[in-house]
Amino acid sequence: MAQLNMVQAINQALSEEMARDDRVLLLGEDVGRDGGVFRVTEGLQERFGAERVLDTPLSESAIIGAAIGMAAYGLRPVPEIQFMGFTYSAFEQLFAHAARLRSRSRGRFSCPMVVRTPYGGGIKAPELHEESTEALFCQIPGLKVVVPSGPYTAKGLLLAALRDPDPVLFLEPTRLYRMLREEVPEGEYLVDLGRARVARAGGAVTVIAWGSMLERVLKSVGDYDAEVIDLLTLNPFDAETVLGSVKKTGRAVIVHEAARTCGLGAEIAATIAGEAMLYLRAPVLRVAAPDVPVPLAKLIDQYLPSAGQIQAALEEVLQY
Amino acid sequence: MSDEILASFEVRRLGILNESGAVDQALMPQLSDAEIWRMYEAMVLARVFDERAVALQREGRLGTYPPIMGQEAAQIGSAFAFSPADWVFPSFREMGVHLLLGYPIRQLLQYWTGDERAQNAPQQLNIFPFCVAVGSQIPHAVGAALAARYRHDPVAVICYFGDGATSKGDFHEGLNMAGVFRLPVVFICQNNQWAISVPLKNQTASASLAQKAIAYGFEGLQVDGNDVFAVYRATRQALDKARAGGGPTFIECLTYRMADHTTADDAGRYRSAGEVALWREKDPILRLERFLGSRGAWDAEKGGEVRARMTGIIDQAVQEMEAVPPPAPAELFDGALATLSPRQAAQRKGR
Repeated sequence: MAQLNMVQAINQALSEEMARDDRVLLLGEDVGRDGGVFRVTEGLQERFGAERVLDTPLSESAIIGAAIGMAAYGLRPVPEIQFMGFTYSAFEQLFAHAARLRSRSRGRFSCPMVVRTPYGGGIKAPELHEESTEALFCQIPGLKVVVPSGPYTAKGLLLAALRDPDPVLFLEPTRLYRMLREEVPEGEYLVDLGRARVARAGGAVTVIAWGSMLERVLKSVGDYDAEVIDLLTLNPFDAETVLGSVKKTGRAVIVHEAARTCGLGAEIAATIAGEAMLYLRAPVLRVAAPDVPVPLAKLIDQYLPSAGQIQAALEEVLQY
Repeated sequence: MSDEILASFEVRRLGILNESGAVDQALMPQLSDAEIWRMYEAMVLARVFDERAVALQREGRLGTYPPIMGQEAAQIGSAFAFSPADWVFPSFREMGVHLLLGYPIRQLLQYWTGDERAQNAPQQLNIFPFCVAVGSQIPHAVGAALAARYRHDPVAVICYFGDGATSKGDFHEGLNMAGVFRLPVVFICQNNQWAISVPLKNQTASASLAQKAIAYGFEGLQVDGNDVFAVYRATRQALDKARAGGGPTFIECLTYRMADHTTADDAGRYRSAGEVALWREKDPILRLERFLGSRGAWDAEKGGEVRARMTGIIDQAVQEMEAVPPPAPAELFDGALATLSPRQAAQRKGR
């Protein structure tokens, strides 16, 4: 089995699915000839042609809007938005159309598409290139939100997203693109949407994270008896796995790199409070970014949750 | 070094049927008497539908409704040129198009009662749901055209919007992309000159909307939007061109919104009765009746008979609409989603 990084794993998933299903096609800025600014789509235009890997104008709303029209027509488009910070000019298309088309037309039309976008901080990129506003998108019923945590989950989740009958926002943690290598099987395997993964078993505290924070959590928990849950799908998130673990450990810490207020951690904490309160031995804590705009490189380490903050939260709940 | 004219442009304006009912024979499209009569009946049906919808709203039997009165030629004339396999992306003020294409009238009315089930278009009609977010349907049309071309389907795509939409980013993004990829799309702007209270002169500094297409690298033309023959001719030519690989066209139908923006609006607050009266004289149905009358094909009695027949059709549809049972509470979930998440399934319970 090959050791791949996440860029290679995503590329392989796209390539295999395009070979299998001629309804799948890619569109976006620089995805064709250039292979994408992170080279995720490298070689795909050469292999599948310019009709299937479309270099579009710099036009986020039209990229998502056109993908909606393609999906309704019967294709399975995979639009790429170059960075999550540029999805907002297409927000209306996602919110008002992609997520609602099936509902609005009562199933006459649907919108099976996967919007790929690099997300998250820590890569020394310019302003608006390091956003993690996943919670904005989790507030949109009808839109699934998925975040892989490594090469293996990236391929399996992407293949599952490509088979899903409804729109999926696929967030690719840029900090992990080339950081991790994992064994990634060639050919088909699916990581089911809506299912979390226990990344490390433990008994004293449950730590819930996703995307690049999972890597940081796994490095931070050290000798703590922590069970680490990799959420993978943010909406709908796997409450069953989260609650099952918290009922066992009696403690929960949620780690995300998005700003604290109204972050997804709030929804998870409320779910735990609502459905597992009597199992809790300590308050549910969140380790999150402060409620300020994502800074540039010089301050990003002050912004992103650190190992020290994660460990402090573990100490707090364990000694409560 | 130089200082010279880089480019200059011309924008066509097309009119065939004038207000007194006379036509320019050289421009008159190929239409049989039976086809012209069908256009006329469809325009009257649209007018009767519209009047009834407004009346039903006043009686509390329909929700907020956006009248189409005055825009029947723009809608019937354009839709008359479609082929059955074509895809249509409406805004929310094209009920004449729906009627001509055979969208069930009961369903059209049902939608405006606030029943989303009515947006489930019949399988044989490739017509998208109403789009309330102004202009945001334009990129969808572009995507459908990309898909049609990818599939090598001989399909053209028609996208409707109003003058207000031309100020939106999606208008620019959509037309730009259509131009870049030379797609088989016909953009039809019903310029009814009012976006709620904002008149055209406050919507754009352009001398016409049609000329905006030039910036996107394809033809834009203005047609007399109250002239059913001009609208038909322009749409037909644009569709033929699209299907032949000639790329997109932008057609500005210059018309007038004779009624309020919606039944929740009072246009008397922002425009003069004199202006409305002026446009009543340009009523597209009146104009077609004058044309038919000049050929001995129409008189007040025949007109009355058509109107009575269309009224009967609408009466029947109203009855059918009011006999539709209201949606069950579980319709919140069942009609709306492919599969329920565990949380949604729990929320559905007991509804």
